Amino acid sequence: MKDSTTPLAIEAYGLVKRYGDKTALDGVDLDVARGSVCALLGPNGAGKTTAVRVLTTLTEPDAGTARVAGHDIATDAVEVRRSIGLAAQDATVDGLLTGHENLTMIGELFHLGRKRAQARADELLVQFALTDSRDRLAKEYSGGMRRRLDLAATLVATPELLFLDEPTTGLDPRARNDLWDVLEDLVDEGTTILLTTQYLEEADRLADDIIVVDHGTIIARGDARSLKRQAGGDQLHVVCARREDVSEVAQIVERFASGRPSIDDRAVTAPAEGGVTAIAQLAQALADEDIELEDLGLRQPTLDDAFLTLTGQRTESESGSEQEVAA
Amino acid sequence: MSAVQAYAADTWVIARRGIKHIRRQPEALSDATIQPIIFVLLFSYVFGGAISVPGGGSYKEFLMGGIFAQTIVFGCFGVAMALAYDRTNGAIDRFHSLPIARGTFLSGHSVANLIRSTIPIFFMTVTGLAIGWRIHSSFADALGAYVLMFVFSFAVIWVGVMMASLVPTPEAVQGIAFVVIFPITFIASTFVPTSTLPGVLQTFAEWNPTSSLANALRHQFGNPGGEIPHDAIFPLAHPFEYTLIWAVAIVLVCAPLSVVLYRRSIRT
Repeated sequence: MKDSTTPLAIEAYGLVKRYGDKTALDGVDLDVARGSVCALLGPNGAGKTTAVRVLTTLTEPDAGTARVAGHDIATDAVEVRRSIGLAAQDATVDGLLTGHENLTMIGELFHLGRKRAQARADELLVQFALTDSRDRLAKEYSGGMRRRLDLAATLVATPELLFLDEPTTGLDPRARNDLWDVLEDLVDEGTTILLTTQYLEEADRLADDIIVVDHGTIIARGDARSLKRQAGGDQLHVVCARREDVSEVAQIVERFASGRPSIDDRAVTAPAEGGVTAIAQLAQALADEDIELEDLGLRQPTLDDAFLTLTGQRTESESGSEQEVAA
Repeated sequence: MSAVQAYAADTWVIARRGIKHIRRQPEALSDATIQPIIFVLLFSYVFGGAISVPGGGSYKEFLMGGIFAQTIVFGCFGVAMALAYDRTNGAIDRFHSLPIARGTFLSGHSVANLIRSTIPIFFMTVTGLAIGWRIHSSFADALGAYVLMFVFSFAVIWVGVMMASLVPTPEAVQGIAFVVIFPITFIASTFVPTSTLPGVLQTFAEWNPTSSLANALRHQFGNPGGEIPHDAIFPLAHPFEYTLIWAVAIVLVCAPLSVVLYRRSIRT
């Protein structure tokens, strides 16, 4: 039975899933409002995919309950599947079928009937700019085209709720932007989306609600702005003209900072509570020492910083030469 | 649409997909096309001169029943490979996130592979006729032989589903092929009369359904080696019935078991 009065597209309580001694989900509660976009953000192995597999009835949880689109995942799995679309992590289009055949097959399995399934397939091929490749085997498609076809396949039965597991992993920046545009259109049409991603930029651009997961638990939640706030406030950011000045600069920065500075090549960054006052004093102190600077400023924390603070790990996009100053 | 109609319709949609896969991957069909043809030519021309058929008659004609039987037993790999392939490329997730009964994925694959199993039977019939094999029996007897082949093909599909549930990858399926199934089809009356085998192997071969299938086909086609010794043990005296019993037993045991094993293997 469908309860259309509930404003929640997903409500889950205490989901636990273990694989051997590894706990993939360790008591996850989740609520996603209808019409919203929610991003599960976390590093590899955080439990994002397991959460999606449980909510889409591909895997049974060891404990906990969930209602998806108003249906219980344990007792009403077929109804859940009728209401959702899933784009799994590896685009699971069928390489030996053409784009049109892929979509028609899904339509037939939703019992649209052959004719309507074919018409719906053509409609979606237009929507996803794949008409030119309608009759080519999907294995000949580029990565971006496969993702678009995969997404089209999830939309055949116009589901109210979409699960997208790392929808843009492995795409080049242009294909990623194209896919984001498509997803934004869907959101404008009122589709609820739960997506998983390792890219903060993606979560920031698409989601109203970001849930940070690590080691199978939710460690933070909010919109991009509040997560940035959790990462600490503004940061002092100084770039020296000469590399040999960098440790002296770090020592000076520390006097005006509220935490330990970090050094990345010629750049020194440190959290600052004093805001504009701190930067004025820092500028004066550096001028007194006659140190040549390339840049000096107050930087807003990025979502990457937030992620690092929350999980204690760097994201893939940022792992690099940065290191803590040995104090 | 009733649940049964929906099940049948969904099975057919998935079976059509499987048939397209088979058509578009001719290289994956070699076990059902080129391999049996090569076996027919190889054994008839290379070994044919060295092996004599008890009771006389052409070895080429003796051979055909054996190669039909062997190829039908090998049919279990088609479905096992197709399922293993779908598991490794994630297609299973796509189907299982759709509102279809879970069993339709297996039944669709089974139907596609039942249709696939007719391909080698056709190719071998043509090759056999080309090298001098003939059907010496009545039309009804010959028809009985083809029906038996079809029934046994259906049975071994469930062996294939079971294999696909027990091992995770296409490579592992091929491993089983060479270590388990290949010897089973050789320790049988496939290429040589079982009376030439030493003690234990002879007993194994006589009770091996590959033998009874081969012997039943020889008998139905009126080929050498198809004479029924009426005072012998049951599999030799009643090869057709013994083969049918095996087919029914395989389906009764393997079909439910493989469905359970398969479900368990994907629910992780």
